[in-house]
Amino acid sequence: MKPPIFSYHDPRTTNDVVALLGSLDNAKLLAGGQSLMPMLNMRFVLPDHVIDLNRVDGLSFIREQNGAFEFGALEIGAMTRQRDIEFSDLVRQSCPLLHEAIAQVGHRQTRNRGTLGGSLCHLDPAAELVTVAAALDARLAVSGKNGRRSVDFSAFPVAYMTPALEPDELVTGATLPCWPAGHGYAFVEFSRRRGDFAIVSAAALIVEKNGKVTRASVTLGGLGAAPVRAHEVERALIGETIEEKRVREICEPLRKLDAIDDIHAPASYRQQLATVLARRALLKAYARIVAGAGS
Amino acid sequence: MSETRTIAVTVNGTRHETTVPVRVTLADFLRHRLGLTGTHLGCEHGACGACTILFDGLSARSCLMLAVQADGHEVLTVEGIAPDGKTLHPLQQAFHDNHGLQCGFCTPGILTTLIELLRDNPDPTEEDIRIGIAGNLCRCTGYHNIVVAALDAAKRLRQMT
Repeated sequence: MKPPIFSYHDPRTTNDVVALLGSLDNAKLLAGGQSLMPMLNMRFVLPDHVIDLNRVDGLSFIREQNGAFEFGALEIGAMTRQRDIEFSDLVRQSCPLLHEAIAQVGHRQTRNRGTLGGSLCHLDPAAELVTVAAALDARLAVSGKNGRRSVDFSAFPVAYMTPALEPDELVTGATLPCWPAGHGYAFVEFSRRRGDFAIVSAAALIVEKNGKVTRASVTLGGLGAAPVRAHEVERALIGETIEEKRVREICEPLRKLDAIDDIHAPASYRQQLATVLARRALLKAYARIVAGAGS
Repeated sequence: MSETRTIAVTVNGTRHETTVPVRVTLADFLRHRLGLTGTHLGCEHGACGACTILFDGLSARSCLMLAVQADGHEVLTVEGIAPDGKTLHPLQQAFHDNHGLQCGFCTPGILTTLIELLRDNPDPTEEDIRIGIAGNLCRCTGYHNIVVAALDAAKRLRQMT
């Protein structure tokens, strides 16, 4: 297999990337290459131009962002390698959900190359990082010929594997709001083999005060074109005490979520997984709060 | 005709300055241009791990990179693991001694993957090894002797230091 014929561009600045996107037709951005390269090799995509982001300055960083968010936020550059997120102490401390999820993204060989921005823009419905971005209400920084703008992740997937980007725009980074110290978190998934895309994944975040849940985020990946925030479950959890029987009841309506039916699993199987994995994620998140309080 | 670029890439310690079509993958460049056919191509879409090389010391699938992206970088292939033409690397010797391969097709990718793993984690558990090579498909061995060989190699390498 060979990639099709294309022109290759390796700009050094974000402005140069925007200029290229504005002047070239049928161009594709090449980030870590862990999705685009297979599609080129198999000729699922036939771009006339490939714009390689790997030599663009200033798109790889992990830093704290203070100010706008109550509990702070992490800002991560679009070209930050998944490996660097995995081994970041800052991520482990400030965004443990991302830390837990990223170890389940592919394999060492793919995380060494794969990037945060590449995964979020590719928008594979089963991708772990897409589920995490939805769970955390991430905001994406986007640059285009009309300047910079911010996009809420909930508005980012517009269709199957289609991000809300204009042809001349690129994502330069993501802001991930932090949760308060002592929150519970868990990312659990079911895949047939380690490192595979998840058939269904679940991300849970909870804050508890005096034994009652005061804030919750429950997200399911792999059910459809975009991750699903289970807002009804989140609302139902508020004021509840986490224990298995009650969580089981609260998660039961997830069985009614729309789910895709494909070669990997029928819809009913995904709905069952959504129900079970959300429960497991919530119980695991709660167990972490208990363990944290005891230490 | 396909667009070309001149690149300078160091492979197994030797610098190569050469002109390549921009669409050529790093794997095909290594195999066809440099004749380093130890890097195997199984699936060519990043699933099998046979083409794993070390790119600036980090494992990567060479079928998922373009040769032009290696300009100015260092690549280590399975041919560069052994210290010389006569001596096997302790990892290779451990695979030999423990029958860690059968047909050998997946072996180069597993060796390069384990070079990185054992460098970063000199005392791995069996589970560490199994997770580490989860991205390398072997259709012969059932992985048993690969894991045995990797653990044996870790022990040998620890004794050397």
